Amino acid sequence: MTMQTLSLAPWLVATPMIGAAVLLLGGRRTDRWGHWLGVLASAATFVVGLVMLLDMLGTPAEERVAVHTVGTWIDSGPLHVDLGFQVDPLSLTFVMLVTFVGTLIHVYSVAYMDHDVDRRRFFGYLNLFVAAMLLLVLADSYLLLFVGWEGVGLASFLLIGFWDGRRENAVAGKKAFVMNRVGDMGLIVAMMLLLATFGSVSFADVLPAAGEGATAAGQATMTAIGLMLLLAACGKSAQLPLQAWLGDAMAGPTPVSALIHAATMVTAGVYLLVRSGPLLEAAPDAQLVVAIVGALTLLFGAVVGTAKDDIKKALAASTMSQIGYMMLAAGLGPVGYAFAIFHLLTHGFFKAGLFLGAGSVMHAMDDDVNMRRFGGLARLLPVTAITMGLGWLAILGVPPFSGFFSKDKIIEAAFVGEGWRPWVFGVTALLGAGITAYYMSRLFFMTFMGRRRWSDGGPGDDGAPVRHPHESPRLMTWPMIVLAVGSVGLGGVLAVGDRFVTWLEPVTGHAEHHEPVLPVWLLITLTLVLVALGILLAFRQFAMAAVPVTPPRANVLVRAARVDLHQDDVNEALVMRPGQYLTRALVYTDRAAVDGGWLGLAGGIGRLGARLRRLQNGYVRSYAATMLGGLGIVALVVWALAS
Amino acid sequence: MEITNYLGLAAILFAIGAATVLLRRNAIVVFMGVELMLNATNLAFVTFARIHGDVTGQVLAFFVMVVAAAEVVVGLAIIITIFRSRRSASVDDVNLLHS
Repeated sequence: MTMQTLSLAPWLVATPMIGAAVLLLGGRRTDRWGHWLGVLASAATFVVGLVMLLDMLGTPAEERVAVHTVGTWIDSGPLHVDLGFQVDPLSLTFVMLVTFVGTLIHVYSVAYMDHDVDRRRFFGYLNLFVAAMLLLVLADSYLLLFVGWEGVGLASFLLIGFWDGRRENAVAGKKAFVMNRVGDMGLIVAMMLLLATFGSVSFADVLPAAGEGATAAGQATMTAIGLMLLLAACGKSAQLPLQAWLGDAMAGPTPVSALIHAATMVTAGVYLLVRSGPLLEAAPDAQLVVAIVGALTLLFGAVVGTAKDDIKKALAASTMSQIGYMMLAAGLGPVGYAFAIFHLLTHGFFKAGLFLGAGSVMHAMDDDVNMRRFGGLARLLPVTAITMGLGWLAILGVPPFSGFFSKDKIIEAAFVGEGWRPWVFGVTALLGAGITAYYMSRLFFMTFMGRRRWSDGGPGDDGAPVRHPHESPRLMTWPMIVLAVGSVGLGGVLAVGDRFVTWLEPVTGHAEHHEPVLPVWLLITLTLVLVALGILLAFRQFAMAAVPVTPPRANVLVRAARVDLHQDDVNEALVMRPGQYLTRALVYTDRAAVDGGWLGLAGGIGRLGARLRRLQNGYVRSYAATMLGGLGIVALVVWALAS
Repeated sequence: MEITNYLGLAAILFAIGAATVLLRRNAIVVFMGVELMLNATNLAFVTFARIHGDVTGQVLAFFVMVVAAAEVVVGLAIIITIFRSRRSASVDDVNLLHS
């Protein structure tokens, strides 16, 4: 990297931040052109990132990791933190994903939010979101990363609750914020442990020393650090047990969902874990927990996805499941890091495309999200149907679409290892692929195929809502087309000759190639067979047969999946209620013991004073008697002491 | 005559004076009780001067007499003022300090 391009790094954060500042501080004056300024800020950031990327491609692999230090941030005794930007293949990958997909979503939002009076504020928040995410991935220390981390949390809170006129939207924003705080505690504790163990929080000091730290500080400390980082990642990436906010986050405008699920926010947890790879390798127990959490969430999200009738919530469940794949890969060690990021990249494209497509469908169907009232839309929304179809094939992992190259590699990596692990993780990943195929096909068929379950206002459609579906304006379809192209080609282009894996090697290290416990051709065949089965099953149920407009009574598992496998009930029973009881008990103790004690003391002294006051009755004779009594007591004491 | 008898007389006089102060309501009589107590003290002082054979006690007795004379002047003036304003010389009527 040349110094000139390296010094551009702060502008990656500053550009969208300036956009956000102008839009949010400028007020109503910027209403007329504010959305275009937002698009411009995002696009300019992408250009800056592109310049850096081209420069990095021209430098040899061993010189690609660089830190641009702006100055000292905190200098307090033994604690010294620099304000620096980490520029390497991993952070630049994120920069490109965030700015490219982010810019497309900005463009889409110009049309999607056209009729919203608060469009300017919306773009301000979008820019803030992008800026925070870029700060997160470009930070050269955990502390600076934490600033971006909190910024992302704030922006997501503002955007999820954007339409806060409705109570449930505001509640959803608050839920996301509060659940993220739980994860943030993990990151804070991890930073404290890092400071105590390594005396620093910068990547350059901590990561190379991770191996020695394990011998110096003991295995338990390293495991604690790993688990705390995992907790942080679970909060941001909506993994078990902090997954419940993701479905409710669909309350935000659809472009926000696309941004949260594809480019920013949920990918932050995967980034954190891959970046902290050496720390996790020094703590094999924590690493195993990461993989287990990933595998569980993968299945959890997939099962929930099969039962959701809300198109956005089905997509949200699918995100949870796909991020589970990435976490699983990150928990597999060096063999999985590159594939986690690879899947994250391709997922960013097809999930953004799917969400923007869902927004387009909602746009056409008067903001209805119930897929049971969709159907037969392919003919009326051709561009949306085709772009979403390509995204659908990509997420399924059908060759030669993007998802095939990234997801299949994760499944292969999951089958690498010894003992029970490859069988458990591998089979989970395989199963997940099959279920993914089922629920994504269900979503696609219910929306675009089959008979229409809405009315066009003509006779014979009793009871069905009247809709007038129309294709979205070009400002919305073009970003979808671009993302669809990415969904189709990106995976293949980057997979040729392990191009992407080699590109990430300066950060993730070179992973020795290991053979899976089953031959690769068999794994690919098995995956494809499961995917084909999933599609066929969904086709029979939701394209051939008529889809009932009211959810039919189903078995226990489906009913549980419809309410997110009772995630909210579990949270309420395990955390919320005990917390409330604890708070109430503490309030009661405070009132009864602490307040009561002091009030009692004060009251006692008051009553004593009232008693003593009666002695002061104003009669000279009683004062004289008191004096005489006192004299008598003094005389008695003197007499007793003398004798 | 046994010298301690003087002290006994002083104690009896003091007790009579104290009882007068505590039990009587008329301010003049209370005042007389105070004088009686002062004189009982004087008697005790003089007696001790005699016992120890020096004049310190007698000097103190003179001091007490001087102070008592001054006190009578001020005290009687107060009592007369109170009597003029309240048409009563009872000490129980003068309880303005009470609440």
